[in-house]
Amino acid sequence: MPVKPQAGDHIVKSYDEELEHLNNDIIKMGGLTEAQIARSIESVVRRDPDLATRVIADDELVDELNYKIDIQTTRLLALRQPMALDLRHIVAALKISADLERIADYAANISKRAITLSSAAPVPPVHSIPRMSRMAQQMVKDVLDAFIARDVDKAIAVWHSDETLDNMYTSLFREALTYMIEDPRSISMCTHLLFIAKNIERIGDHVTNIAETIYFLVHGDRMREARPKGGEVEHLSLSFPSVREGDAKE
Amino acid sequence: MDTVVTEPNAAALAETNAMIVARDVNVFYGDKQALFGVNLDIPENQVTALIGPSGCGKSTFLRCLNRMNDVIDVCRVEGTIKIEGQDVYDPALDVVQLRARVGMVFQKPNPFPKSIYDNIAYGPRIHGIVTSKAELDEIVHSSLEKSGLLKEVEDRLDEPGTGLSGGQQQRLCIARAIAVSPDVILMDEPCSALDPIATARIEELIENLREKYTIVIVTHSMQQAARVSQRTAFFHLGNLVEVDDTEQMFTNPRDERTQGYITGRYG
Repeated sequence: MPVKPQAGDHIVKSYDEELEHLNNDIIKMGGLTEAQIARSIESVVRRDPDLATRVIADDELVDELNYKIDIQTTRLLALRQPMALDLRHIVAALKISADLERIADYAANISKRAITLSSAAPVPPVHSIPRMSRMAQQMVKDVLDAFIARDVDKAIAVWHSDETLDNMYTSLFREALTYMIEDPRSISMCTHLLFIAKNIERIGDHVTNIAETIYFLVHGDRMREARPKGGEVEHLSLSFPSVREGDAKE
Repeated sequence: MDTVVTEPNAAALAETNAMIVARDVNVFYGDKQALFGVNLDIPENQVTALIGPSGCGKSTFLRCLNRMNDVIDVCRVEGTIKIEGQDVYDPALDVVQLRARVGMVFQKPNPFPKSIYDNIAYGPRIHGIVTSKAELDEIVHSSLEKSGLLKEVEDRLDEPGTGLSGGQQQRLCIARAIAVSPDVILMDEPCSALDPIATARIEELIENLREKYTIVIVTHSMQQAARVSQRTAFFHLGNLVEVDDTEQMFTNPRDERTQGYITGRYG
């Protein structure tokens, strides 16, 4: 049976306050991470190196919160010797903050590539990036809502939606390959775009981790759904058109 | 998966390696009922921890296992408790023999005002287990060895047991209990009067003793229950609320009352 986030108050009030504090820091870290993704994509789309630089710098804020949560959880484990739901809450906070930290790293990586992309002519597949990113941002938002409400059904729904994100990534991969084959001058920029798309796809994977953690937090057991599998780029290959003698001399 | 034992399950019972089987145990102190229909299997060579708030009936249940409640006039026990099939409350049973089989260690160490040697030799002597001094020496030594006390006291066995430190006295009491080769050792908050180092020594000892004995321990320390036991039973208001593998109990208990108690939400 699912247990509500507040399963009644502890006899020791300060313990409740510490757990609430931890919960709030996760929510805060989640909000910050969401914003970092949104801004990093904006820096790509608007070709804005200044914004990209700010996103990279602000990754430090997420790291700080992650460190703070590490300290809080260690302290709670040492001083409160938590049991059952409390123990799962604290372990979940530790795991979720690590996933959020990594998601924010991907946002910073995207912004680094935004700086490079802004220095060259735009390549068409860039238009697929915002759509993919919106999906990832929505997943981050939904999984945080599921965490706040301890809503397992919502967590499972988010977990399944990763398949759509994987499919978007596969389709963008094909699109970029096609452009690169048509115009080898686009290879450099398309490669950066592919890495951006890959970073967004990885964000989705960390969201599924968080969804699984929420399941564990509520049920104390492992989620036993079949792992969603989108299109697998790993097995995808397109053959380059054969190079003619004349072209090779150019 | 193990479930809360509320009804005896004949099929499960036949397969289990339960050393102690308690069925429908009700205990009354005069008009007041202290235990309500407790059904509990205690597996052999495992440590079973009994936890619950003060007055929940866990010590009452423990004391039923070797009929320590007999000494209380107004106490009445209903139901059956069997140890390896032997009915503990069989009127024909010799209670002294029962208590040799089911030893007990109390909250406060209570060595006899005798030498360390005589504290341990006492049981084997009155039960007529030994026929020679050499045999008795051997039992005293092996009991001290098993209780982890031998090295600390071997050169002063004739000194009074009461002169030892609290932790040493408690290990002396454990040595005294195992000197008569019991099957079961009951421990009623054995570490509550001890410092953390002495507590750790007792916990280490419990871990080692489990190979040969079945141990039932009442403790108020949830951390201790989690550290030393394989099974944990939670009592509340005279009812056995939940019994399960210790790991399950402390990470994901099934009953909300257990959850509330072990996480410190009521007491």
